[in-house]
Order: sequence, then C-alpha cells, then structure tokens
Amino acid sequence: MSIKITVTVNGVKHTDKVEPRMLLVHYLRDVLRLTGTHVGCDTSNCGTCTIHVNGKATKSCTMLAVQADRHKITTIEGLAAPGQLHPLQEAFNQCHGLQCGFCTPGMIMTAADLLQHNRKPSEEEIRTALEGNFCRCTGYQNIVKSVQYAAEKMSERKKTKKEAIV
Amino acid sequence: MSTNNGNGRDTASGFIGKSVKRVEDKRFITGFGKYTDDIILPKQTYASFVRTPYAHARIVSVDTSAAKEMPGVVAIYTGADVANVNGVPCGWQVNFKNGDAMKEPKHPLLANDKVRHVGDAVAIVIADSLEEAMDAAEAIGVDYEELPCVVDAAKAAQPGASLVHDDVPDNICYDWSLGNPIEEVNGAMNKASHITTLEFVNQRLVPNAIEPRSYNSSYDPISDKYTLYTSTQNPHLIRLLMSAFVLGIPEHKVRVVAPDVGGGFGSKIFHYTEEALLTWCSKQIGRPVKWTATRTEAFQMDAHGRDHVTKAEMGFDNDGKIVALRVKTFANLGAYLSTFSSCVPTYLHGTLMQGLYTTPKINIDVTAVFTHTTPVDAYRGAGRPEATYLLERLIDLAAHEMNMDPAELRFKNFIPPFDGVNQPGYQTQVALQYDSGNYKGVLEKGLQMLGYADVRNAQKEAANNGKLLGVGFSTYIEACGIAPSAVVGSLGARAGLYEVGQVRVQPTGKVSVYTGAHSHGQGHETTFAQIVADKLGIAMEDVEINHGDTETVAFGMGTYGSRSLAVGGTAIIKSLEKIIEKGKKIAAHKLEANADDMEFAAGKFTVRGTDKSVSFGDVALTAYVPHVYPKDLEPGLDFSSFYDPSNFTYPFGCHIAVVEVDKGTGKVELKRFVAVDDVGNVVNPMIVEGQIHGGVVQGIGQALFEGAEYDDNGQLTNASYMDYCLPRADDLPMIETGSQVTPCPHNPLGVKGAGEAGAIGSTAAVVNAVIDALWSGGHKVKDIRMPLTSERVWRAMIN
Repeated sequence: MSIKITVTVNGVKHTDKVEPRMLLVHYLRDVLRLTGTHVGCDTSNCGTCTIHVNGKATKSCTMLAVQADRHKITTIEGLAAPGQLHPLQEAFNQCHGLQCGFCTPGMIMTAADLLQHNRKPSEEEIRTALEGNFCRCTGYQNIVKSVQYAAEKMSERKKTKKEAIV
Repeated sequence: MSTNNGNGRDTASGFIGKSVKRVEDKRFITGFGKYTDDIILPKQTYASFVRTPYAHARIVSVDTSAAKEMPGVVAIYTGADVANVNGVPCGWQVNFKNGDAMKEPKHPLLANDKVRHVGDAVAIVIADSLEEAMDAAEAIGVDYEELPCVVDAAKAAQPGASLVHDDVPDNICYDWSLGNPIEEVNGAMNKASHITTLEFVNQRLVPNAIEPRSYNSSYDPISDKYTLYTSTQNPHLIRLLMSAFVLGIPEHKVRVVAPDVGGGFGSKIFHYTEEALLTWCSKQIGRPVKWTATRTEAFQMDAHGRDHVTKAEMGFDNDGKIVALRVKTFANLGAYLSTFSSCVPTYLHGTLMQGLYTTPKINIDVTAVFTHTTPVDAYRGAGRPEATYLLERLIDLAAHEMNMDPAELRFKNFIPPFDGVNQPGYQTQVALQYDSGNYKGVLEKGLQMLGYADVRNAQKEAANNGKLLGVGFSTYIEACGIAPSAVVGSLGARAGLYEVGQVRVQPTGKVSVYTGAHSHGQGHETTFAQIVADKLGIAMEDVEINHGDTETVAFGMGTYGSRSLAVGGTAIIKSLEKIIEKGKKIAAHKLEANADDMEFAAGKFTVRGTDKSVSFGDVALTAYVPHVYPKDLEPGLDFSSFYDPSNFTYPFGCHIAVVEVDKGTGKVELKRFVAVDDVGNVVNPMIVEGQIHGGVVQGIGQALFEGAEYDDNGQLTNASYMDYCLPRADDLPMIETGSQVTPCPHNPLGVKGAGEAGAIGSTAAVVNAVIDALWSGGHKVKDIRMPLTSERVWRAMIN
C-alpha cells in the first residue's frame, strides 16, 4: 500500500506515492535525493536529521513522510537562496564550527530556529538550544561561537536595513 | 610577507602559521557533502543482518526458508556459505613473554559454529529495498544454545572462565612486559619512602563517530573489477587487507573509495567483516550491495576503546622524587582481534610509562584477554590516554597523600628541557626516545592562565562555606606521527607506516596533490594546500588536495595516530622539493644559466645575484611544452614521494580542570578547563585549536559521562543514545586554550601532531579535580570509577 502526498520542499512542490511507514528523513534523502539531511541514530537523539517543518526545527526521523503531506519543508539545501549563504552557514565557516561536517546541517537548522525566536541568545541559551544535536568533533565550542557570530551579523544587517528604510 | 586575509586568495607566500578558513567547508554547510550512505548505484540492493542477541551461544540451526520467499529478497547467506573465506586479519603481532606468537583465532565474516558477542552476525539478507531486507531478516529463525559468558578482563584470565575460543587457553591472547627487569624495579620500590598504589578501571568507551559506518560494494564482470565505497580512515589499507588477506582477489582489481567520512576517532581505521562480506556478496549476486549501520549496530559492532583493569604503584623518596613505577594491566580485547587491537595496550601504552618524569626504574606487565564483548581497538589516543590516566592519577594522588602541592611534585620530577638538536633526545626506560620537550614550560603557562593561587584561595573559601571546589592536573606526553616502519616492524607491525604524497603540477601551473592521508574532519584540503601554496609561492585556490580514492592516489597508509601532517605533510614536502629542483634545471635552461646558480622563492626562479628570473607558471608550461628544453631531462613536472619518519613525534601539554562537587548529591560541575598544548610548529592554528577542543571534550566525556556497560549476561545495556551519555553542548564550559611551541627536530615542518592530544590529556585532569575537591572536604578518596556520575561521587563521599 502506498499513499500519495504533496509536500513543498525548499519552495518546490513534490507529489509522490510513499509507503505509510516511510520516515520523512528517508523521503527527503532517498526519494527527493536531498542528502544534506543525515541519519545518525535510531532514537531521535542525535539531531543530524533536523529540518524545518513550517519554519520550525523538527527532527525528520520523528515524522512519517505522510505526516508531511501539505506542509512546507526547508532543508539545509534550501536554507539560503541559490548561490548565497545564510549568516549561519557563513558563520560556521568563519568560526570553524565544523570538522567532519556530518552534524553540521542539523546544527545549522536548529540554530536557525533559535535565532528566529531569540535574536541575541546568551551562551547558555545557545548551549541549551543545541543540546539535542550531537557533535563528536568540535566539543561544541566553535559551534557556539558560530551561532554568536551569526546572531551578531543578522542584527547588524537588520540595523542596516532599518537605517536604509529610514 | 603575506597580507593574506584568511581566505587563501592572496598569492604572496606565508600561509603556514595562519588561521586560513577551511576550503572544504562549503559543501558541508550547504548540504552537498557526499558521504557513503548518500550514494545510490544503478541496480542497488540493500543488506540487513541477523545478529545474535546472546553474548555466547552455539548456533544449532539457521532457517532461512521463509525469508527467502519474501518480496524483494535477492539473496541470503549464512556462516556456512562463507566458511571457506578467510576471516579479517590482525595487523600487528605481539609475542608472549616466552617468545610465542599471540593467539589469533579466526574472525569470520559470518559466525558459523558459535557467536561470541552480542551483535555477532549470523546471516546477511540482501533485498531490493532496505525495508524488504529488514523484513526478511526478521523472518529468519536461528536456534541458539546459550553458553556461559565472561565480560570482565581480569575474570576472563582466571582458570575456569568460559572460553571465547576453544583453542585459546585461559582466554589469554598474549602476556607481555616492558621496561627494566622486574627485580630491579622491585628493589627500587622496596627502598621508596612512600608508595602510592591505585587499583582502577579505565572503562570501555564507544567511539561514536556521528556518521555510522556505511559500505556500498559493487562488482563489474566485464572488467572483473570491484569498487567499494567505505567510510574508512585508510582506503589503501582496506584494499590491501581485503584483497590479499580475506578475499584473495587481485589488489589491482579492487578500487576502494572513502568519500566524505563523518568522523572516525579510530573506529574507522579497522577492516570490518561487513566490508569484505558485502564485496564478496556483490560478485555472487552481480549487483551493488549497500549497508549502513544503525546506531544500535554501531554500538555493538564498531570497535570499542580502552577497557583496562590496572594496578599501578609509584614509589617516591623522601624528597618526593619518583624512584620506581610498577604496573600490571589486564587489557580486554573483546571477542576477536580487531586490526590494530594487539598493539594498543602494549606499544601504544607500555611505551608511554615514562610520562614526563625522570623515573629511573619502570616495569609494566600486560595480559591481553578475549571476552564475550565487542572487539576493542584504537580509539582517539589509543593506549596513550590509558597511560596518561595511570601516571597522572598516581602523581596527583601521591601529592595528596604526601601533603604536597601536585604542581610542585610535578616540577620536582619533570625531565629538564631539551630541543633534540643541541641537546640529545631523551631516552626513556620503556624503549622510546623523546624528540624534544619543555615540560615545565607548559605547566608554568597553565598555572599562569589558571591564576593558580587565586583558585587555591577560592577553594579554601569554598571549603569554609561548605562547598567542594577541586583543581586537577594532567601533564601528558604522547607518541604519534606514526611511525618509523623499521621500528614498528621490529615490534610486530605487519605494515610499513610511511606516507605517500604526489604533487602534479599541471601545464598551466595549477597544482593537484594526491595524498595517502585521509581527512574525516581534520581539514587536510586546507592545511596541505597552505603548505603547497606557501612552498610554491602560488595562490591556495590554485592547489587542490585529492585523497580517499585508491584509483587516483598511488598509495597511502591513511589517517590515525596524529600522523597526517607529520608524515603525510612531509611526503608532500619531499615531492615539492623534487619539483623545485627540476624546475631549477628548466629555469636555468631558459635563462641560459647554471642550475646550481638558481634560487627559488615567492613563485620565481632567479639566477642568484641577478634580476634574471622566470615564474613558476612559465616553468610549468615549459615542462609540458618542452620545445626549448634541457637535453636529458624528461618533460613533465609531477613527483611522488614516500616518507618514512625517523622517529615518532612527541606532543605534550598541561591540562587543568576546576570542578565544583555538590556535597548533597555528588553532582560534578566542570567550572573551568585550561589546556596548554605543545604540538610543535603549527600550520593552521584555528584547525589545531579545533582539534584540541574536540579531543578535550572526548576526554571529559570519559571522565564524567561515558562508558559501555555490560551486564553479567554480556548484554551491552546502553547501546543507544537514550542510554549512552555523550557530552552535549550544555554540559561544557568554554575550553581555555594556550600553546607553547617546541619544534619537532626530525621533520622539515617541525610539526608533532594534534589530533589526539586533547583526549590523551584531559580525562585525568577532570578526575583529579574531583578527587581534589573531595580531599578539600576531608574525604580522602583514592579512586572513583569513571564515569563520575553523581551517584558514584556521592557514594565515595558517604563511605
């Protein structure tokens, strides 16, 4: 048995027939071939599969593909406009917030959600927000710094924009 | 001098020593990294395993009849099908004290008669989809006759313990010792005025690279050629072991590709049964087979680390000078010998017993045993964290017992500074000769960064207010840059440990580098490009670093043992030297000068003492368009070099932890962590600091959070992220890093290696800090078993 779903992923509408037991992460990786979203565990702890569902950070291994029907999904591939970098992507490069890169997409998607709600998070708030994402390489230190860097850049840009409007 | 702003686009030389941003980041931050599990091949099939839930059992029967009929199933194989295929080999032979070779029982691709640890594979199911493979695996019936098991290393070596392999008496793989004759050590120990004794467990850890192991193997009958995509740290080594030792297929008919690999920490060095089995299967079914470990499989199957049971004694004279060290360790190897498991408790552990101290008499005795547990092998630091933990716990505890300051006791015992050039290397009592060191320097700097007096004052104040504050030290040394082939060969290594670096200058002057080192997070694409750009005086963007494919890279030994820069980087340097030497001949011909009169700097070949010069790009073009060209010189500008180091490298450092222990609950809060590391010269400080952060946190993880827990039935009771506690972002303070530079005297870059240092030093510092906190409250506790959970600390206080 398979079920028809229509999902908007990174602004593009996809209609596919999927098995009811298929996890959203496998739909993204195996059907749409968006392999930037990773699988690192089977207990929804590691956070490498984090995406945005209707703008909210979600572990895509905790959802079935059929539950994503008629929802809007953003993955790491669609976080920034083509050819551009989201401030967090730029920050991870500038602050050496990644080593092997496997946790990075999930980290960035989780951090992007945080910065939507909290434009100037403290170190403690950043660490708390990231506690559901594992990184074995960096000791988290430069990831925290990356988020701080991005927060600063985003507020600078907002200021500049406001000034431009005024 | 360079004006490089960090993006690597500046053409001026001077990239070495700069925190150039990583060039490999772009694909990872945008989701376009390519890991093995991201690859789907035409006609792809998927594998799922039937694994034993018992630690030790006889396989009575395996019934695959129902499974074979299930939808999508392509093939099912059991142990009987691969009974005539070799097992996976061990790469290092350690001998018994009496000279006999260690015991090497077969590690079969699938268990046939018996299963020997939870997760041992009984059957492989291959189907059109992963779901169908998993469904069919569920339908296979295995009849097991459960047998008694043993999981503890010391217990396994006792007579009467359940045997893991029928032909290995007392489960002993080997016994081994190193150092001064035991009689001399006993004699020195007997004269000691104080002996500190510690009996402890260095607990088993699960490496936990966040990318699970993944393999995708295919066979092309037309060319009779295999291709294996694998998440490995050393593709050439896998090709050699798999083709020559396991499957008996010609090495040149096997291509092994390690694409992006999501962390290794040692666990992806080894040749695993699944790699060879999938490759064997791909020929049987004529389609590619893919398998990616679930996290539970990763916990059960990825080689674990550490797991030593040790008794160690350190003797001191009246003045606090160490007079002797005596160590007895039982090392748990698990159920089978993993690729390098045998050398970890011996040549990577026993050889480090000198530490940073002038200890005149040392003896270490190791018994390595099989148990009904997951195989144990190298995990970040591999033997050296265990050695450091042993020494640094002993000396810190000794300071407490003798009522001395732990920093002072270390200063009293440090080997004096030596640079390895004007002063010779330091000959230890345990075989190694240290290259260069300034050990007191790192402790002095650590104390200064910490503000030691202030912290001790705060500790006194805290004690007066009923709080427990503790300071713990760890001054470590390690041996890395692995390794001189002749030396490791004489010690039992079955491989050379050189590295290969090829530099191919293209006709346009762009440079392709092929290195046998493999990056799985270390940033080689940046660091190696910095070196090449620097030495050739070209832009970093004109250099590309290629690695991880046996078809493009001539040969290589891979990345582990903090060897990539010291060994792999030097191989590249050797090729660069050959390029420049040949370039001089071409340039001299163009300028009608003598090659001996040519100089090369900043991308220009110049006739010494003149302004006559020709650019590197011009010379490159001439090498490939040799119209006006020296007689007897081959065209082209492309050199490959093997570099075999003359010694190990010996990074060292000082780690200091400050903790607060809750008196009521035993909860440990890590307040500060200071790390001063001397890794020799540094090519990219940003990357080195990142390596230190990551290593330190893995070491903190061992001290406070992590540990594989087996019950008496051999069940790994915490084989998931719900149960095994990895350090999380909110468990940690910012690590305060400092550095000192004592160049390595025996490689041209003067580098020592930074990958493992953090994990080697940090664990003891944290545990020592907790012990110090307890002593400050009057609890004279010698040891608490790691990880230091609240309960264990609380129990230590109330007992």
